[in-house]
Amino acid sequence: MALADARAICPDLATRPADLTREGAALAALRRFAIRYSPMVARDGSDGLIADITGVPHLFGGEEELRTDLHARLERAGLTVRSAIAGTRGAAYGLARHGSGIVPEEGLAEGIAHLPVSALRIDADTAQALQRMGLNRIADLTAQPRAPLARRFGPHLLLRLDQALGWQPEPVSPEKDAPRFSVRLTLPEPIGLQGDVMAGLSRLLDRLCETLAQLHRGARRLRLDLHRVDKEMVQVEIGLARPMREPDRIAALFAKGVEEIEAGFGIEAMRLTAHVTEPLAPVQLEGGASERREDALSDLFSRLGNRLGFDRVLRLLPAESKIPERSFLLAPAAYSEAEDPPPRRGPERPIVIFPPEPVMIGGMSQPGHPPARFRWRRMSFTTLRATGPERITPEWWFDDPNWRSGLRDYWRVETREGPRLWLFHTPQNPNWSVQGEFA
Amino acid sequence: MRPEPELEQMLSLAPSRVHEAEGLGRRAFALFQAARHDAPLVWVLAPRAEHLPMLRGLPDGVGDRLHVIRPASETDLLWAVEESLRANPVGLVIAEPSLPLSLTAGRRLQLAAEAGRTTGLMLIREGQGSNAAETRWHCAPVAGDARDSTLHHWSLIKNKKGTTGNWNLHWNGATAAFDLVSAAGQRHRAAETAR
Repeated sequence: MALADARAICPDLATRPADLTREGAALAALRRFAIRYSPMVARDGSDGLIADITGVPHLFGGEEELRTDLHARLERAGLTVRSAIAGTRGAAYGLARHGSGIVPEEGLAEGIAHLPVSALRIDADTAQALQRMGLNRIADLTAQPRAPLARRFGPHLLLRLDQALGWQPEPVSPEKDAPRFSVRLTLPEPIGLQGDVMAGLSRLLDRLCETLAQLHRGARRLRLDLHRVDKEMVQVEIGLARPMREPDRIAALFAKGVEEIEAGFGIEAMRLTAHVTEPLAPVQLEGGASERREDALSDLFSRLGNRLGFDRVLRLLPAESKIPERSFLLAPAAYSEAEDPPPRRGPERPIVIFPPEPVMIGGMSQPGHPPARFRWRRMSFTTLRATGPERITPEWWFDDPNWRSGLRDYWRVETREGPRLWLFHTPQNPNWSVQGEFA
Repeated sequence: MRPEPELEQMLSLAPSRVHEAEGLGRRAFALFQAARHDAPLVWVLAPRAEHLPMLRGLPDGVGDRLHVIRPASETDLLWAVEESLRANPVGLVIAEPSLPLSLTAGRRLQLAAEAGRTTGLMLIREGQGSNAAETRWHCAPVAGDARDSTLHHWSLIKNKKGTTGNWNLHWNGATAAFDLVSAAGQRHRAAETAR
């Protein structure tokens, strides 16, 4: 039905756009839940799941009990479901979508005979053509000779019919689970000593790093959950300056966090999760001196980042801008690569830059030239020589509050007192400020 | 003309030790030393410092090796310096403590520098150094007579294992090379006769 028609019939209809991504995620979550009924569960279309429960029902007490259990659990979760159990995948599909229930193994043909032909997973055109010929139910179809049907509707219809009736095999192929980088350790006796926790952690790390190595991945962030006897949970989380899977080097970073946790009456279970991972190809371990140096450097950044925060361990990267403050970027060293600095050309730049600090002008000066005498940071300076001006205009496409005063004329001012300063004048809003210091 | 090797030796910092520099030209001195080290560099800025090294103004080959650390407190700063000094691959650690360094802190940093075989350079405010420092330099930019001159006056005011000294030199802030200016009355050894 079109949305306009539906609204005409029911003006109060609440509508929402379909979010296919989230629906898919919900179905995937439901699939993980359904693994409790069978190891072989797969998504069936966008709105269903199919499970191969061969050999399973007796664990629940029978097919009827299994189905009741499934419905009860999903109802508790607030879901309305329809389900069917049948001897073939095709029959179960049709029955679940057109009525529901259980079809016993021996009565398969009779059990699905009353279903409409559209239950056979055929396209709408074929179903419509069949209905036009008066073949409404599966029973009508099975009574027809096969050859004319195949000639008229193609082999697909007969394949679906055969699959529903069990004359053609159709296995359930469960999807591959996404790898989970999570390991846990349950302890027979609660532990409370730091050394014991570290020993447990190293066992967990060995297992986790093995999994990571198999899948060619490296951990970037790790979390250690410690379950205490009193049902409390403590967490220790660390970040790594680059993807890594060496147990010893990761354990060293946990030491500080483990030192600080409160064990209470003891810890009875540990769980280690690498919740952020990145691809990491296998490397030759017997690396040269440069690789060892790089390893040690990234260890240092991991240590610094874990205490100070990774946004405080920075690297300077060149940027495309004439505005002095934006001519370079401060990027976290753990998440960036060093880049060659831009070639040295154009007017000289100071070694240190700071937010503009206004200067107090004393004495007269030529208009448009730096003041002959000025005070800055409670020091007086006399201009000896000034080089400039270098005019920098604000980037009009970028509204920077610091550049509201308009364009700037930069001068390199050598003072009689020694310091070589980077002064600028804002002609549109006459004022002098210092923004940097030269070597 | 390249300065004599002895002078180069005098202006370089002893390895595996922590040194101090004060005065208005201390950052220029730090970058001069950075250009003369060839390993990764760490620059720990003062907590809440507003200034930053400007990438385009740094000496050649320093910008891509430099790592800037902005700690939140003075304790974090000292800890970061100690950790960086203890790390073997780092060549030079430059730090700007904003409080006077205690003897304990200075000694800890010396031990860390020895353990990691890393050189440290503390950019201190005048009179805020620690007695544990190996050398202390007073650095000041000097107004030059000629155009485009970048004259510096660097004096070694404390040295645990040698003599002190004064140097006037031109260093333009672009490369590791410098040009010594011989100032009358500041020669520290007898003049050689021309050959």
